[in-house]
Amino acid sequence: MLRGNLIALQTIVVKEVLRFSRIWVQTILPPAITMALYFIIFGNLIGSQIAAMDGFSYMDYIVPGIILMSVITNSYANVVSSFYGAKFQRHVEELLVSPTPNYIILVGFVIGGTVRGLVVGSVVTAVSLAFTDINVHHLGVLLATVLITAIIFSIAGLINAVYANSFDDISIIPTFVLTPLTYLGGVFYTIKMLPEFWQQASLLNPILYLVNAMRYGMLGISDINLAWSFMLMGGFVIVLGTFALVLLEKGVGIKS
Amino acid sequence: MKQAVAISGLHKTYRNGMEALKGIDLTVSEGDFFALLGPNGAGKSTAIGIISSLVRKTAGSVHLFGHDLDREPGLVKSLLGVVPQEFNFNMFEPVVEIIVNQAGFYGIPRREAYARAAQVLNLLGLWDKRKGMARELSGGMKRRLMIARALIHKPRLLILDEPTAGVDIEIRHATWEFIREINRQGTTIILTTHYLEEAESLCRNIAIIDHGKIIEHAPMSELLQRVNKETFVLYTHGDLDRLRDIPDCDVRRLDDSTLEVDIDRNQNMNGMFARLQRCGIEVLSLRNKSNRLEQLFLDLLAHKPR
Repeated sequence: MLRGNLIALQTIVVKEVLRFSRIWVQTILPPAITMALYFIIFGNLIGSQIAAMDGFSYMDYIVPGIILMSVITNSYANVVSSFYGAKFQRHVEELLVSPTPNYIILVGFVIGGTVRGLVVGSVVTAVSLAFTDINVHHLGVLLATVLITAIIFSIAGLINAVYANSFDDISIIPTFVLTPLTYLGGVFYTIKMLPEFWQQASLLNPILYLVNAMRYGMLGISDINLAWSFMLMGGFVIVLGTFALVLLEKGVGIKS
Repeated sequence: MKQAVAISGLHKTYRNGMEALKGIDLTVSEGDFFALLGPNGAGKSTAIGIISSLVRKTAGSVHLFGHDLDREPGLVKSLLGVVPQEFNFNMFEPVVEIIVNQAGFYGIPRREAYARAAQVLNLLGLWDKRKGMARELSGGMKRRLMIARALIHKPRLLILDEPTAGVDIEIRHATWEFIREINRQGTTIILTTHYLEEAESLCRNIAIIDHGKIIEHAPMSELLQRVNKETFVLYTHGDLDRLRDIPDCDVRRLDDSTLEVDIDRNQNMNGMFARLQRCGIEVLSLRNKSNRLEQLFLDLLAHKPR
């Protein structure tokens, strides 16, 4: 049974990785170009006019957030489009009629999304080398943050796909929730620059915690206590993961 | 004989309140070739959906080969192969990948999966297409791909939901022969189809479902014996204006040379031919207007209280 489940897991992961690799022009290249533009416009052109932030140049300051932003966007996009596509074309039924347990389906799709997030994150990191040197303050924190972030947003993408009934439904959350939260999550600024009220309001934005953990891993600075960041990340993985599993067990959106 | 399928008190009410199944009981013996027939919306697809875990039941139980679907879902699913009515594979995947991935979902290692894929794709005449994208296949090939996919884990029960819908005669007959052979090798088969001659030709037992209830469940031979009237079309030579009433036959004139005759199943046809001959009408050829099962099917649906 365990061996069978591991083979099923391997099958889902290989299928998912091949899926986004085959269409790398749509999945890997665009984020690299977009993030390069961020580095050029915000880092080089505008950033050169901005004073040092917490002792680092503006370019160095925004690199961690931009890398994490690409990880968030791509891990989410991979799972939401893949799982919804499987629902839409009904080939999710291949999995549902098989003995593959729901937790394997969940883990398989999440690994697929995580791999894409990490691949794109690596490509964006490589692109950033064209503009600045990469700092690594704490490799463990850096890798853990990237990995857990990719997992969180892969699970979130699956939950979105489960509820989606149309292609519009898979773009609503990224457009109206994810993008504003990311931009307001301290990628381009420190919350210390904000008035007291908005500093407090920003603390409600979970992406702020992720970006600051990433910034700590690379630069050794953070607006947020690192322990809080990791507690939040762990909490999200547990809560979202459990919720996604319950949805699959109940067959929400995939069984009538 | 052991039971391959045992369904008891199966109910399904959809969220919109539509009661698709109203407590059906059904058994299919191991090794059987079983027809599940019914008009559109009768509940066939819902019943198949529940057996294959794609639809959640409201009440009742499903056992396959003695195993409860609720208690041992993994085991029950591994015993079952499903060929759905609509294409449900990834059109943008190579044919062989679809088969190999399906094997993987059943826990079959990749190397063995490729060997099995070669076997089933060859059997179904798809080996040459293995590297092409599924969307490039013709309709008949796509149907065969779904059969290949359902067989990759060597299921003991195969459910075929309209397996020959929309395919040409040649492929239909080749498909019949293929699934007959699968059945001969011991696989239990449940077939749903709108081609009743297909069910009559292939299946040994039959259930007819209508408005969410099983209205008939019997061996095919027993059911066909109940057909007491057959309709023949006669192609004739001679002046049909000279035709007089023929006792015990209901004769209708379709055109200047064609007659349609309803005749009791146990009635001798010689009298009818002699009468026609006396009127100077020769019968050049004749054919059955509808097959026997079709007639019975229509009679059952027309006369059963709902």
